[in-house]
Formats: sequence, C-alpha cells, structure tokens
Amino acid sequence: MSKEERHIFSVMVENRFGVLARVAGLFSGRGFNIDSLNVAETHDKSVSQITLVTHGDAQIIDQIYQHLNRLIDVIEVTDLTTGTHVERELLLLKISTEDPRKRAEILQVAEVYRARVIDTKPSSLVLEITGDEGKLEAAIEIFNTYGILELARTGKIAMMRGGTN
Amino acid sequence: MSVITSQRVLFLVFCRSKRLISIVNEERNWSGTTVRSVSVIYVNRNVLLKPHPSRLQSWNEKVFYFQQPTAQKNVSTTVYEEIDMELSGAHILVDGLKREGVEYIFGVNGGAAMPIFDALYDETEVKLIPMRHEQGASHAADGYARATGKVGVALATSGPGATNLVTGIATAYMDSIPMVAITGQVMTEFIGSDAFQECDVIGVTRPICKHSYLVKSCDEVADVVAEAFHLARTGKQGPVIIDIAKDAQRAETIFQHPDTVDIRSYKPQVNGDPAQIAKAAALIKEAKCPMLYAGGGVVLANASEELRKLTLNTQIPITVTLMGLGAFPETHPLAMEMPGMHGSCCANYAFTDADLVVAIGARFDDRVTGDLGKFAPKAKKIHIDIDPSCIGKNVPVDVPIVGDAKNVLTELNKLVDTADIDPWRNQIQEWKQKYPFEYEQKGNKVMPQYVIEKIYEHYSDAIVVADVGQHQMWAAQYFKFTDPRTWLNSGGLGTMGFSLPAAIGAQLGCPDKTVVNINGDGSYIMTIQELVPAITMKLPLKIFIINNMYLGMVRQWQELFHDKRYSAVDYHDNPDFALLAQAFGATGLRVEHPEDVEPALLKAKGINDGPVVIDFIVDEEENVFPMVPAGAGLGDVIRGLS
Repeated sequence: MSKEERHIFSVMVENRFGVLARVAGLFSGRGFNIDSLNVAETHDKSVSQITLVTHGDAQIIDQIYQHLNRLIDVIEVTDLTTGTHVERELLLLKISTEDPRKRAEILQVAEVYRARVIDTKPSSLVLEITGDEGKLEAAIEIFNTYGILELARTGKIAMMRGGTN
Repeated sequence: MSVITSQRVLFLVFCRSKRLISIVNEERNWSGTTVRSVSVIYVNRNVLLKPHPSRLQSWNEKVFYFQQPTAQKNVSTTVYEEIDMELSGAHILVDGLKREGVEYIFGVNGGAAMPIFDALYDETEVKLIPMRHEQGASHAADGYARATGKVGVALATSGPGATNLVTGIATAYMDSIPMVAITGQVMTEFIGSDAFQECDVIGVTRPICKHSYLVKSCDEVADVVAEAFHLARTGKQGPVIIDIAKDAQRAETIFQHPDTVDIRSYKPQVNGDPAQIAKAAALIKEAKCPMLYAGGGVVLANASEELRKLTLNTQIPITVTLMGLGAFPETHPLAMEMPGMHGSCCANYAFTDADLVVAIGARFDDRVTGDLGKFAPKAKKIHIDIDPSCIGKNVPVDVPIVGDAKNVLTELNKLVDTADIDPWRNQIQEWKQKYPFEYEQKGNKVMPQYVIEKIYEHYSDAIVVADVGQHQMWAAQYFKFTDPRTWLNSGGLGTMGFSLPAAIGAQLGCPDKTVVNINGDGSYIMTIQELVPAITMKLPLKIFIINNMYLGMVRQWQELFHDKRYSAVDYHDNPDFALLAQAFGATGLRVEHPEDVEPALLKAKGINDGPVVIDFIVDEEENVFPMVPAGAGLGDVIRGLS
C-alpha cells in the first residue's frame, strides 16, 4: 500500500440546498475521511466553495477526486496539494482571566501569535488567531496552560498561489 | 400595407379561464376592434395542448369572435395555441414527458401524486400502466429501458410509495439504466413536519441515483423534467428522481419547455483522448496473449457493432460479462463466454494467463475478478469507460480511456489489424473444447440446465428476462445470446423479484418480440402480484419457473460453506404456481418429468392472449458450476463436485 497523504480539495458547487449533503454523503457512503470541511458562498452568489481536507493513499485520493467530479452539482474540483498553495484557518479562543495577574502574560503570548483580542470580560477574554494548522495547534497548546474555556475553529480555507491556469 | 378592411374573423383562443378578462381587455389596444360575440366553454385541459377541431365541435366550441382590422387573409379560424398558457404543475410534467418521447409510465396511485395521475387519466400519448406494487413499477420502467434503450419512467406517491420504488431505483443505478422516477411529496408547507406519508425521498435515494430534484414550485417543473431526462440518458446513464410537492403539482403557471439543456457542472466526456487510443492500439499490436473483456457498457452505448468489428478485425478472443451478454455472439468461435464466479473456465484461465486485457464498458466487478491479488497478474490493462471514477477503482490500469464505448471503439478500429497470436488462440480453443458448460443427468429428474437448453432451442430469438439466483446463472450459461438487449437481468444489485415486472416493461417496449421470463421459485413469489397487470393487458409473457423448492443459490453456499445447514432457504411450502397462475387468470402448467418439458414449451408458444406460467419442478439440489469461491483467484475455479 502506498503511503497516506493529506490533501486539500477546493470544490466549487452550485449554491443550492442539498449539495453539502451530497458531498458529505459521498464520503460517508464510500468510507472516505473528512478531516475538515468549510463551506461558504463565493463572490458569485450562485456558486459555493467547499474546502475539504482529507487523507488517503494515492488510489483513494484519485477516487475522491473522481467521485466529487461525478456529482452533478459539482462545478469544479481542484486538488490544492498538487501545487503551491496558501492555507489559513481561523481560531477563536476564550481564555480564563480569573487570575488577574495572568492577564498581562496572556496578552504577551497573544502578541507572539499575532492574536487579536476581540472581547474582554473581567473573568475572560476572547482571542482571534489566524494561521496554518501548525501555528494554531501551538497556540492552543500554550493557551491551554492558562485555561481555555471555549474553542471554535473554522476548518481550513485555501487557494493556489499565483494566477489560475 | 395599411388598407383597413373590415372583416369578420373567428378566433379560437385556448386559455385558462382566468385569462379571459385580460384577453377581452386587450380589445382597447386594438383601435377600432370590436368584439362581436364571445362564447366560452370549458374544455378538458388535455385538449388545450393539442386541439383537435373535430373534438372541439362536439363541445359546442369555445370560440371568440373578433373584428380585427389587421387581419391580412380571409382567415376564418385562427388557433392561438399556448397564449400565456397556464397549466398546473402536473400537466406541465405530463407535457414534458411527452416532449421527451415517453410512451409508458409505470405507477401506483396515492394521495400525494393524485394530481399527476389525474393529468394522465385521459392522456393518450403517454400511457399509464397501473402496477400492483411500486417495486413492480420501478422494475417495469427499468425493463422497458433495458429492452429499448429509452428512458423508463416510474411514478409513485410520497412516503411508502416512494420507499417501495427504492429497490428498483437502486437496481437501475447499479446497472446504469436510464430511468426517471417521479414521486409525489407532501405539500411544501408540511415538508419536514413528519406529515402523513412524508418521507425524505431525496435523502433516502441520494446514494442510489445519478441525481435528484425536489420540486417545490410549479415554475420549476418544465426545466426539471428536461434536465432529468438529459441526465438519465447521457454520460453514464442512471436513474434520476423528481420529487414533486403536491401543491406544486396543483398550482398553475405560465411555462415554457427549454429547447436545450445546459448544465454547467455536467459535461460528460464522450470522445476518447486520441493519444490514449493510439497507446492502446500499440499495446494491442505488441501483445502475444491479448483478450477483450466487454461489459454492460457496450450494450448501454449501443456499441455492439463496433465491438464485433474490433473482435473480427483483430481476431482476439473475447469474454462478455453477465451484463454484456449479447454484445458479441456467444456462438462465435472467438467467444469465450461469460467470465467470473460462474463463468467459463476458458475465460477465467484466459484472464490468468493473458498479457493484455482490454476492458470495454466493464468495471472489474468482484464477481468477475475474484481475488484481486490473483486477477490477470501478467496482463497490462486498457480500460475504456464513460465514467472516470470506474477506472482504477478496483484494478490499476495502464491505459485509461474515458469516453463513450461507441466513439472510442470506432476510433480504435481504425488503428488495429489482425493480431499475430496463433499459439494463444489455439490455447483458448483447447480450453474451450476441454471445459464447456456441462451437467450430469440425475435419474429421471428434470435438470434445470436441460430446461434452459430447451428454452434456448425453442425461443432463441426471444428477449430473456432472468431473475436472480441459480436459474439466472444457468440461463446465462446455457442460453447462447447473439444480440444486445435480448438478455435483461439485475447483475449489479442482484435484486430478486426483478424479472416479472421487468418483463412487462420489455414486452410493452418491444411488442413484436417474444419475451421469456426465466424465474426462480424464490424470486417469482417476491413480485408475483405483477401477474395481474400482465393479464389485464393480455401480454403474451412466457414465464418459466425453475422450481427447486429452495432459495437455491443460498442453499448451494450453505451446502458448500455452511455444512448443509439450510437456514431459511426451504421453500417447499410455496403454493402450486400452476394453480396459482390459473387463480390469477393466466394459463398455468406444471412439468415434473423430462419428457414433458418440450411439449409444455411448445404449448406455451401457441398461447398469445395472455401470460403462460410453466412451473418446472427441477432437481432440488443441483448446483451451479463452474464456481470460483468468493475470495479465491480465477485460476482456482471448481469445475464440478465430482
């Protein structure tokens, strides 16, 4: 068996109800994995973009590509991992500031990660951090030492570098 | 040309009654025009689309008299067709079906589909065939599609009606059969409320259809119908679902059927890449032990002629799968017959020794390949398929060619010549002679294979519709098919109960052909109720039951792999099928002795005012051989028990 690789697919789909279910159903029905999934409208209101992170060996990745393409509502599938691309994820962290002495320290660490404070309360604050997976994992690890009360992350969005085609 | 002459002109205007006011109001815009008299009657909506003046007269006529100054000719009657025509969603649907050339709709009526059935009530172009169970409706539509190559149409109500269609939809999906399944849905305001007979049909059928549409407004109907038929019959064919809410069936709208369908996200690749085709031709030239492996895709693409040409031009031995039988004549010396689990030893040995396998519209199904690790280990593979996701799914492929089999083979035929492979051909002939399909006569029992041989003898020109199980394999082995679309069976899903309703569809689609239904005692009783519409329509179906009083294929596996522990396969308690046929109103015969087989078949030939059911009571524990046990390699075929 060839080795498993992580792939990021950008899937352009018709912006209609039920399309996400078709995509997700394809993965569950054929036993493929979804590591992360992000869906949003594009600048063309009739098109939505699904950014989907999955893993598998070359044969499975090819099958995922082919089966995504086979769905009628799928307009275009791009495997971003085949070229150089940029990827970002957005992370929101609510961190406990029960111990006021730690507050300044937390803000210092936040600066290292270029995190923005988007809400503060006496006992907590909310940070917004963007970056790739490695950066976010590192941020979570360090902030966890201060007590993460809540965490939300978007899943990856990505695009190819340079002009298309 | 503005000579204004006052003329009396008669207009027949067909419109929805609520449009009358606006038409009469229009008069103000035609200066100098006076409406002299208006007479209006209600005509059946059916007439609206295709007015027959003769029919109209008998209804006192629905006529407008206009004095119109701009009339150029001495016209006495002008028919304004479809002026702002408003029709209900149900009527738009039926009208769309007509435009798609639909001849038959197989359905079972129910609450949420009533407006559609109502629209079909006095329809003459599209004939409604009431079936007895929705599964029968979907199989009948499927059988019609397999026999004719046209799109089959099934119709059912919401909830249980729709879920009963599901088995037939999945059957069609697995074999890529073009079908449109229409289901009624509860009113849009009730969708999602667990209403009476509500079911998320789109959700249920998502993995077993090519595409599906939930129609919540009558404005969508015309476009959806055109798209659904386009999807069903192009690219990799398959079933498409139209789930239409009852209020959308009832509501009326002005509509226009689209002239062409353009779906931006759907552009199937039908022409093979010339470079790939050239590569394939080069491999074919080099090969010393090549074989062709053709499947149902050849039949679906209507590419049998091109396949014959390729085989005859190259003189390369060919095996045709269960789904492709008839794509190449089994009677030809180059034909190795069916491969796989119950295929010929010749075809299976050929796979094991071949150095090149040319797969055409076949998908390396596990019932064909056996253990993938041992499948065609020495062979390079060329794979021609309309569906890119099929290529490389089970077996790595050296030369993939995505395209329609007909187009690709036409191009390939230009590049190939007779292959110089005499030693290989001799080897194939040797296997063929040495290991034909064979069976042993046991005492005075009716052997199932003997029945099939006799059916072939007397019905070689027929369309054979088989069910699923031992009889299906025996029919595939002993009936020598020579033409495409003469062998219909559920090869992919293996749906028991498929054949009787499918035979109904096939017979309606091909009224000039004899349709033989080879059935099993287990499968026959699964959809036996469909004998009723067959009798009502006086269809001359020949229904031959290979009755071994067991769920035979399962019993065979139990005998071989489960120590003869015959769990839930004993069907000795089935009714007498001959008497039961008579109770339904068909001719029923029972055959228990070998010498009675032929006379019964001949008798059936003469009965053409309705179905004939012959119950052949055959040897109970006969097994299907050869057999490649599940998980074994093709080289490990068991030729027989002895």
